[in-house]
Amino acid sequence: MTKMNRRGFLASSAGLVIGLSLPIAARAQSGAAAALSGGATGDASFAPNAFVRVAPDDTVTVMIKHIEFGQGPYTGLSTLVAEEMDADWSQMRAEAAPANNALYKNLAFGLQGTGGSTAMANSYMQMRKAGAAARAMLVAAAAADWGVDASEITVSKGVVRHGDKTASFGALANAAAQLTPPEDPPVKTADQFVLIGTDLPKLDTAAKTNGTATFTMDLYRDGMQTVTVAHPPNFGGTVASFDAAEALKLPGVSAVQQIPQGIAVYAASTYAAIKGRNALRIDWDDSNAETRSSDEIYAAFSEIAAEGGKDAELIGNGATGIDGAAQIIEAEFRFPYLAHAPMEPLDGVIELREDGVEVWMGSQFPALDLPAVAGVLGLDASAVTVNVMLAGGSFGRRAQDTAHFAAELAEVAKAGGPGTYKLVWTREDDLAGGYYRPLTVHRMRAGLAEDGTLLGWEDVIANQSIMAGGPMAQMMQDGMDPTAYEGATKMPYDLRHARIGWAQVDSPVSVLWWRSVGHSHTGYATEVFLDMVLEAQGKDPVQGRLELMKPEAGRDRAALEKVAQMAGWDGTKVRDGKGYGVALHESFETYVAQIAEVEDRGGMPHVTRVWCAVDCGVAVNPNVIRAQMEGGIGFGIGSVLFDEITLAPGGTVMQSNFDTYRMLRIHEMPDVMVEIIASDADPTGVGEPGLPPIGPAIANAWRALSGTNVTTLPFAKAGV
Amino acid sequence: MARFELNGKEVTVDVPDDTPLLWVLRDELKMTGTKFGCGVAQCGACTVMLDGMTRRSCVTPIGTIDGSSVTTIEGIDGPEAQAVQAAWENLDVPQCGWCQSGQVMSATALLLEIPKPSDEDIDNAMAGNICRCATYVRIRKAIHDAADTLEG
Ligand code: FES
Ligand code: FES
Repeated sequence: MTKMNRRGFLASSAGLVIGLSLPIAARAQSGAAAALSGGATGDASFAPNAFVRVAPDDTVTVMIKHIEFGQGPYTGLSTLVAEEMDADWSQMRAEAAPANNALYKNLAFGLQGTGGSTAMANSYMQMRKAGAAARAMLVAAAAADWGVDASEITVSKGVVRHGDKTASFGALANAAAQLTPPEDPPVKTADQFVLIGTDLPKLDTAAKTNGTATFTMDLYRDGMQTVTVAHPPNFGGTVASFDAAEALKLPGVSAVQQIPQGIAVYAASTYAAIKGRNALRIDWDDSNAETRSSDEIYAAFSEIAAEGGKDAELIGNGATGIDGAAQIIEAEFRFPYLAHAPMEPLDGVIELREDGVEVWMGSQFPALDLPAVAGVLGLDASAVTVNVMLAGGSFGRRAQDTAHFAAELAEVAKAGGPGTYKLVWTREDDLAGGYYRPLTVHRMRAGLAEDGTLLGWEDVIANQSIMAGGPMAQMMQDGMDPTAYEGATKMPYDLRHARIGWAQVDSPVSVLWWRSVGHSHTGYATEVFLDMVLEAQGKDPVQGRLELMKPEAGRDRAALEKVAQMAGWDGTKVRDGKGYGVALHESFETYVAQIAEVEDRGGMPHVTRVWCAVDCGVAVNPNVIRAQMEGGIGFGIGSVLFDEITLAPGGTVMQSNFDTYRMLRIHEMPDVMVEIIASDADPTGVGEPGLPPIGPAIANAWRALSGTNVTTLPFAKAGV
Repeated sequence: MARFELNGKEVTVDVPDDTPLLWVLRDELKMTGTKFGCGVAQCGACTVMLDGMTRRSCVTPIGTIDGSSVTTIEGIDGPEAQAVQAAWENLDVPQCGWCQSGQVMSATALLLEIPKPSDEDIDNAMAGNICRCATYVRIRKAIHDAADTLEG
């Protein structure tokens, strides 16, 4: 864990600011001036930049370096600061930190961005140190004022106290700001936690309940035009020619411009921009486009997987023992392209002014979006400000290593000239626009000896690489992209002889991280296939897994034991017309085991109850953790039962809106029981790990109930 | 030119008749609590009340509502709405929040019609409101809690 070793402070009328010190030259681009009420900048020898801000009215505002789209960083990171400050929860506020890689980088990535369920893990010590420094300075200020020893002062619920003397944070802020920040303030031990581990109310709930929360699409600026872009219907297609005459006749449509991404329509309102786009006549050039159908792509990927791919992991004798085995179990799993479909489609606002460019968007990788905008516009990065907005979901969709949306937004401004533009993707753009969870094939084989002993396990995965071809390609070692097969390797089970292979396949269809990334398919393939193997061995799904568990996989074991206990597992897979299935999967160092209860509704599984045990280290806010497990489970159920993006013969996407890309609805949501395993390990993420086990748990329950083994997703497609 | 009542106040807008109410609310009147999710009456993010009934504003041409009364999340009030919003806050229902204005509108309308809804009533009333974050467990519980509060 990186320590904050240079810490500065800011004295100002706005109160006390604790943060990293920066040379003054960096101040102009810090963007944090906007975060300071009154715009006061105070002491000239330190940059106005901070994680913690104490205002005279006693409010403590935490600058959140991770984008908030429902996974809870506003609340979680503020909890860490409040804990170490001994603040009262009611005085805490959260605000999005602007794009500033120097100050707000993700310590796990080295650049400002959110992903891989790292927000809590990388911030855990950083935010606590920031809070502890603030507390120490407030206490020192009180000590000086009262002429007492700082060690005799206590702080509780935002009140600094010595004997009968008390002061609030706000009252001490200006005096505290004159002091030198401590080099390395001590933080609490776990037994001293007051707020961490409690169900604190979320800081963003009220605004999201009364309609006042402001998202990118809610921004309206003077003279702003709304822009839609007609994108090529086939991946890799380009504009051959276009005719904008009809579009330009429509009221409200002001201009039509060709940009590298397609044809942009500029209008006075969103509806005019949508209608204008509908009126365009465009001929597309598909000579470099993907023209294969999904079925053809599957067939090609399957063939490539059959060739074995490159070794991703080799254990013992690998797969060599399978061929001569007494019993061979085989399955080919097929996972479709999936759209993230965040409820707020991609959108952004850009203002091209003489003094520079300002952008507002749900930027998940500000460190990449900002330079992309600067690059398109031929500006220095220092001329670009990016405001990170609340976003209506992401699930990976806004984590763009290629910064494609920021680039499109900048192209819109470049073609439009000085002014303000809001670029809006419609749901049709979102679903047909690519950047999908990669279509993936797993060819799996296992060999059993006469007595049931596992002689070999093979899993060959064929899919596109998300990292290859983008800026993250440089992180690939030996041409391997671990996000393509993570979760199929490093399993908690002692397979003794196993080979995991990966075959990288190319396609013009763009792919991206989708909630839990590789785990979204490896969790399903491995846990369903393992269940098949255990069945062939005549073993119970829970007991069999426990027997197979590596000795060092204690946290996996505990999660599985816990969920079995929660569900009252006794080995019964079918009872009273209901099927039960179990799955266990660790992702992003969070361990999750689930048991699903399903019934047959018209030939499709209906999930009635789910038990979920999770170990994510210290449970900073159990309420947020439960919410993320519930959400991950619901998201996963909808995906495995209903969702696929399919390319028709010719290569065009067949889904256009929620009528054809089906979301889980309330009557399809099961009861969810979550238990969090007590732990004093450093906290890990919860946004993604709830998802991987639910698919296989359903599949295993359904196989028990119906006898049908679903290996091609979604269930709806498999003709279930 | 369309004239209607919005949250108790007369408004007049000059937009083409086929413009959906959703975009009139947002682009013209800057009432941004009502959200766009699909534009084709599939998701419920744009739910408002039109003369007391829930309505998908994304497929409601402004030319068809002349003289009607529209209530949005900004104007929603009364014991049912308050009970729903209090329950929402109490259970921390929202995640990303994008769908929640629509959820609150639909839940309020449900309680106005059925003060003590069953799970099945909730399914029927809320099935048109997608939550991609899948906050459904809490939505259900919050509606029951709100009904309990109203019952006193
Ligand atoms: S935006 Fe109106 S129902 Fe989706
Ligand atoms: S809270 Fe995110 S879509 Fe419902």
